[in-house]
Amino acid sequence: MATLLEIDRLKTQFFTTAGVVKAVDGVSYTVDAGETVAVVGESGCGKSVTAMSILRLIPWPPGKITNGSINFAGRDLVQLGEGDMRDVRGKDISMIFQEPMTSLNPVLTIGMQLTETMLTHTDVSEADAQKRAVELLGMVGISEPERRLLQYPHHLSGGMRQRVMIAMALACEPKLIIADEPTTALDVTIQAQILELMKNLTRDLGVAMIIITHNLGVVARYADRVNVMYAGKIIEHGSAADIYYRPQHPYTLALLRSVPRMDQPRQAKLDPVQGQPPDLTMLDDGCAFRPRCRFATEKCATSFPDLESVADGHAVSCFHKDEVSATLKEAS
Amino acid sequence: MTGPGEVSSVVVRDDSQFRGSYTDETLISVKGLKMHFPVTEGVFVQRVVASVKAVDGVNFEIKKGETLGLVGESGCGKTTTGRCILQLEKPTAGEIIFHGEDINGLDDKAMIEIRKKIQVIFQDPFSSLNPRMKVGEILTEPMQVHNIISDEEGRRQRAVELLTTCGLKANFYERYPHEMSGGQRQRVGIARALAMNPEFIICDEAVSALDVSIQAQVINLLEDLRDQFGLTYLFISHDLSVVRHICHRVAVMYLGHMVELADCDELFDNPIHPYTQALLEAVPIPDPDLEHGRAHKVITGEIPSPINPPSGCVFHPRCPRAVGSCKDSFPEFREVKPGHWVACTEV
Repeated sequence: MATLLEIDRLKTQFFTTAGVVKAVDGVSYTVDAGETVAVVGESGCGKSVTAMSILRLIPWPPGKITNGSINFAGRDLVQLGEGDMRDVRGKDISMIFQEPMTSLNPVLTIGMQLTETMLTHTDVSEADAQKRAVELLGMVGISEPERRLLQYPHHLSGGMRQRVMIAMALACEPKLIIADEPTTALDVTIQAQILELMKNLTRDLGVAMIIITHNLGVVARYADRVNVMYAGKIIEHGSAADIYYRPQHPYTLALLRSVPRMDQPRQAKLDPVQGQPPDLTMLDDGCAFRPRCRFATEKCATSFPDLESVADGHAVSCFHKDEVSATLKEAS
Repeated sequence: MTGPGEVSSVVVRDDSQFRGSYTDETLISVKGLKMHFPVTEGVFVQRVVASVKAVDGVNFEIKKGETLGLVGESGCGKTTTGRCILQLEKPTAGEIIFHGEDINGLDDKAMIEIRKKIQVIFQDPFSSLNPRMKVGEILTEPMQVHNIISDEEGRRQRAVELLTTCGLKANFYERYPHEMSGGQRQRVGIARALAMNPEFIICDEAVSALDVSIQAQVINLLEDLRDQFGLTYLFISHDLSVVRHICHRVAVMYLGHMVELADCDELFDNPIHPYTQALLEAVPIPDPDLEHGRAHKVITGEIPSPINPPSGCVFHPRCPRAVGSCKDSFPEFREVKPGHWVACTEV
């Protein structure tokens, strides 16, 4: 598969009065055409900021991309002028946000919001845009699409609004959709409907997707490849099977052991990671996970381990990755 | 190399005490609980035009030392049920029998005594602590109000002891809520609930707002406290994985009704009600091979409005097994196996 997006050593920092927040600290990953890549991690690990950086939606001040490149279809998005960037947003790359309640404009009808992107980015006539809008709403499973076009967001439920967001994201046939916690605000039965819809649409239309989430179940169901982030860095990446069955970073292992399983009887107490995530203004040269890590040694305090390849497509950034694998083998 | 599921099924600590202090003695029983909120219209003269049937006839009991899970999607009435037990809402009908006494409709003065024994932990650690009070004040205020410890130094000592019990350092006594992370705030919320030496704690989405690693810490804390103090929990949550982990029995609610109630493993392994089955089917499991093998049948439609719920069985418009008679009356909540209750005629 051809590489669609290549992020290389991206750094995004926020210059605040409390210090420089290194929200994204040298992140590199790729997305191939048509595949679904997940970015997982807990609040504040920089997963959303990476996504916002791709679309250059970081507010300055205080935020700024300070280093790195984002190559998308042969162009570096970091170097692009604001006008060219506007052409990319919504047309080549579109975004689905977490909050369907706040990401639609409450004073514009669904129809206006849906056709706006098409009228901006393409040469379609108003009438054709309307027709396409009806088609899109049908595609995302909204009943009576003609009537819905005249309605306002407050007429729709949360699940319906998220369907509208997906329709908007698909309007200009993008090559890449970034979905930032797309179902976190929804109930489980509605979450299942929306995820199934996104999966089918991306597969049928061949759209690549970056799904940002903290839900390991969602990742297991939908992602081809997974990037695990901690404190602004990718600490492990690999196929979904690598990450779930052969994790080699202590944080990935701890994350998997922290979630109770719904499909199995309770077997033991949970084994959580102790302590709190680090303050991103106080990071030193060492591994940011070491205060919470049971494998940490002195070496971890002085230098940050490189992201080393351990198998085809599976890379880990840890000095003690062999010990982690050994623990896993022992446990099984 | 490990196969599907083996990563998280590693036995980390001996857990033979899981059933802990679970006894056969009934602590609280809820009978025929109904909570209908009036919907009014008009500016000067308000007329009641409809009612939201948030809870519409719910029965269950909780044994001393037990953790009962109450699950369901938004608007199913699980939080309202908890609020009714605390008498934070005045229920429209029903009985709430705590230690053999019906506490429903007791006046505020009589409730003061009861509230010492029934405490609550809320979902949002950001809005359930007073931002202008230090942690110490948050913890000592209830002791003062209920006159549990009369001297100031005694209250201080007790507060520090509670902080330690909940895994926080003593110096948190002087901190304000904004100086703490979400997980730390939730620990303060738990310490506050413990300040009264309660018997029964209602955990309303107590771990839902926390990140997974922090969530696991707080789940373990809740379990340790249950064993240490012989506490009884009503664990209200929409997160079925957490519920399976922490609860002894689980009740499923849909649109104000209880549709299924069974022992935890029985409910998750042999769900009977079509709604419970759909709910369990919808939850993604962190195991890619297993996920790729699942059918992923999603139920269609959305949760109807509780102002105008469907006739008969409230689930029938979305139910794959609905027949004509489902529209006529809400099915009886019956015991189909020992301890396994279901409200459905078609099973």
